[in-house]
Amino acid sequence: MALPSSLLAEPEPFDDLPPEDHSAPPAVTLRPVPTLVEAARHASPTTLAVERMLPVLPALAGLVPDGLRRGSSLGVSGPGARSLAMALMAGATSAGSWAAVVGDPDLGLVAAGEVGVALERLALVSPPEPSAWGDVVGTLVGSLDLVVVAPHHRVGAETVRRLMARVRERGSVLIRIGDGPWPDRFDLTLTVVDGSWEGHGSGHGRLRLRRAEVVATGRRAAARERRVVMMLPSPDGSPTAPELLGGG
Amino acid sequence: MTEPVRTLVVCCLDWPLTALGVAPSDPAMVLASGRVAAASVTARSAGVVVGQRRRGAQARCPEAVVLERDEVIEARRFEAVVVALSNITPWVEVQHPGTCAFAVRGPVRLFGGEEALVGSTAATVQRALDDTLGTGTHPGCRIGVADGPFAAGLASRSAMGEMVVVPSGGTPAFLAPLPVSVLERPDLADVLVRLGLTTLGALAALPVQDVVARFGSEGMAAQLLASGLDSRQLHMVAQQPDMAVGMDMDPPVDRIEQVAFAARSLAGSLHDGLARQGLACTCVVVEAETGHGERLARRWRDEGAIGAGAMADRVRWQLEGWLHGPPSVRPTSGLVRLDLTPEEVVHAGSHQVGFWGGVTAADERAGRALSRVAVMLGPGSVGVPEWRGGRDPAGQFTLVPFPEGPVDGSAGGAIGPVSPPSDDPPWPGVLPSPAPAAVHPEPVVVEVVDADGHPVVVDGRGVVSAEPARVCQGGGAGGGVISWAGPWPVDERWWDPLRRSHRVSLQVVSDDGLARLLVLEGGSWRIAATYD
Repeated sequence: MALPSSLLAEPEPFDDLPPEDHSAPPAVTLRPVPTLVEAARHASPTTLAVERMLPVLPALAGLVPDGLRRGSSLGVSGPGARSLAMALMAGATSAGSWAAVVGDPDLGLVAAGEVGVALERLALVSPPEPSAWGDVVGTLVGSLDLVVVAPHHRVGAETVRRLMARVRERGSVLIRIGDGPWPDRFDLTLTVVDGSWEGHGSGHGRLRLRRAEVVATGRRAAARERRVVMMLPSPDGSPTAPELLGGG
Repeated sequence: MTEPVRTLVVCCLDWPLTALGVAPSDPAMVLASGRVAAASVTARSAGVVVGQRRRGAQARCPEAVVLERDEVIEARRFEAVVVALSNITPWVEVQHPGTCAFAVRGPVRLFGGEEALVGSTAATVQRALDDTLGTGTHPGCRIGVADGPFAAGLASRSAMGEMVVVPSGGTPAFLAPLPVSVLERPDLADVLVRLGLTTLGALAALPVQDVVARFGSEGMAAQLLASGLDSRQLHMVAQQPDMAVGMDMDPPVDRIEQVAFAARSLAGSLHDGLARQGLACTCVVVEAETGHGERLARRWRDEGAIGAGAMADRVRWQLEGWLHGPPSVRPTSGLVRLDLTPEEVVHAGSHQVGFWGGVTAADERAGRALSRVAVMLGPGSVGVPEWRGGRDPAGQFTLVPFPEGPVDGSAGGAIGPVSPPSDDPPWPGVLPSPAPAAVHPEPVVVEVVDADGHPVVVDGRGVVSAEPARVCQGGGAGGGVISWAGPWPVDERWWDPLRRSHRVSLQVVSDDGLARLLVLEGGSWRIAATYD
C-alpha cells in the first residue's frame, strides 16, 4: 500500500480539543437500520453536471461545448475520422481517464501523441472475432471511461442495445469510427465533410496542416447542427483554431 | 494478544535458480518480466542485484546464463522438499516455492530439543534436495528459528552457516539492529529512514500511540513486527465453516488444465464469498481427492491477501508437484474432488485502494478490465504503447503486451516510456509533424505512374523520374494525384547487411481528398500510412 503524502504532514490539530459536551442526551428515536447500500446512497455527494462530462480539448469547444456527456455514444466518420477521434480522446485521457481502442490496428500512435492523447492511459485491443466483439467491448465500457471501436463486421442490434445500456449505467463514452451501418442512433454524430491539405505543391514543401469542416448533429441538446472549420491537424499535430461558421 | 508462535523457517537459497538446475558456482540469473528475480553467487559478486533490468545486469556480468523464471518448476521441485518435511510435522506451511515454515511446538518434543529438531530438519531437506536435484548442484538450505514467522524468516535469511536459532524471548534483541527495509514496505521504510529511524529497534522503541497517530494501522503493524510481536494473529477473525468451497468432479479429471480451469472458478467464488463479508484470505488449504481415496492437502500462505488468480495458480502448482512427484506419492487415478478452505482470514480493509496519488481506483479498474480482455482474446491481444524511436512512423512506437492475470501496483502496464524522453537526441531524417493518423502494419503495394502511364522511379540521387499522376491499386485505374511533396530518401543501417533499409518517402494528396505517405523500397511502392 502506498503511503499517502498527506500522512507525512503534521497530524490533525484537533487532537487536543476538549471532548464534546454530552450532558444533554439526545432524544432517542427508533428508526430502521439502513443497509449499507442505502447509507452509502445518502452519504455519497451529489453528482454535479460537470462531473458527468468528460473534458475535451479547447479546440473542440465549438463542436462539443461542455465536453463528452458520460453515458453517451458518438459516431465519427468522414475523411479524417481517426484524427477527430484522437482529438476527442485527448482531453479526457490527459485528465486521468483511460481509453481503449478496439479493432483499429492502424491507429498512428505518433499522431495520437501529437494530438495530445495521454499514451500512458491508452490501450489497443486487437480486433476480436465478431462473436466475441460484444463481450470484449462490454467488459471495457464497464471499467474504462472511453472506448473507441472500429468494427469491421456488421454489429447486431441486440449487441448494441445491451452495450448502450451498460454505457449508460457505467457512465462511459462509446465512440465509433467509420461510415458503415450502425443499428442505433448516436447521441452525437461528427462528420468531417470537407478537408483540404496545405503546405505542399508539385514536388516541393510538405504537408503542414489540413483545414477540415466538421458537422455535429445529434439528439436532445445537441439537435441543432453545428458547423466548425478547424485545423485538424495544425502544423504541430494538435487540432486548433476553430472558426464557428453558422448555426453555433 | 496471543504470544507469537515459535516458528521454524526453511529457506532454500536462490530457489528460482536452484530449481532450474543451476549449480551455485555457475554465473546465471533468472529473469521475471524483464527484471532479475534471482542471481547466482558468482553473478552477484560481479555486481548483479535482484530487481535490476536485464540490460544492466548483462552489462555487469556478460558471461552469465540468462534464464526465464518458471514458477511451475519451482513449485514442482519444492513439493519434494515439503513431502519430505511432512515426516517431521504434518503442519508444513508453504510461503512461496523455496520457503516453508512450521510451528516448533509439536515436533520439538518428539525430537527432544530445538537443536536436534533443526539438525534433523536440515538433514531431511538436504536429502530431499539431493534426491531431486542431484548432490552438489544446490546450495542447500538455511534454517531459522525465532518467535513468530517474520523473525524466523529473517533469521533463516541471515544465517551465514546452516542455521540461526534465536533463543526464546531473544527475538526483540535479534531484530533490533536490522534495517527497516526488511519490513518490505518500501514507502514506509523510506519515510522512517528520513525520520532517522533506521533500525527496527528504533521503531520498536517509539510509543505505540505516536506511531498509530502518524502512520495508522500500517505503521502499527510494522511496529509490532519490529518488536517481535507478530501481527499475524492480531487481525484474525474466527473462521466460519461455510466459507469453504468445494467441487465434485464427475467424471474424474486427470488433466492439469481441466483442474486448473475448475480451480479458477472455485477460487473466484471463494474470493467473492469472502469479499461480500469484507474479508480477505491470507492462508488457504487446498485439498484434492482422487478416485482411489488418496488425499493431498497443502497449506498456502501469503502475507498480502491471496487473490483469486493467485489462489488458482497455487492449486495448479500443487497438483503439478503431486502429479510429477516421486512414485510413492503420485496419485493413481483422476481427481474427484477439490476443496478450498480459507484457514486464516483478515479484514479486507487493509487491502483497499489508496485515495491519494499512485495508482488510482480508475487505474486499477482499467487494469483489471484490460487483463480480463487479454485473457478472453489470448496473449498479446491487448497492447500499451512504448516509445522506441526511429525514423519510420510504424517503428517509433511499439505495443507492449498488457500482462494477463492480476496486475500489481503499476496498473499502467507500460514498462518503458510512452513519450520521447526530453534528453533524447533527435532523429535526423524523421518525417516532420504532423504525423499520419493511420499507419498500416501491412502496407498495400501500389503502382505510381506518371501522366503517360510509365512507372515513377527515384534515382540514386533522390530525383523522381517524372511527376506522379496516378496511384493504382491492384492494376485498377486508381486515384489521380492532385499534389505531392518529396521525395525524402532515408538510408538506414547501411553497415548491417541484414537490417539495412534504403527507402524513399513521398507525400501524395489524391483526388479523394486524402493524403498518403508512399514509400519506395526494393523497387516497389507501398502505402505506408494515411493522413486520415
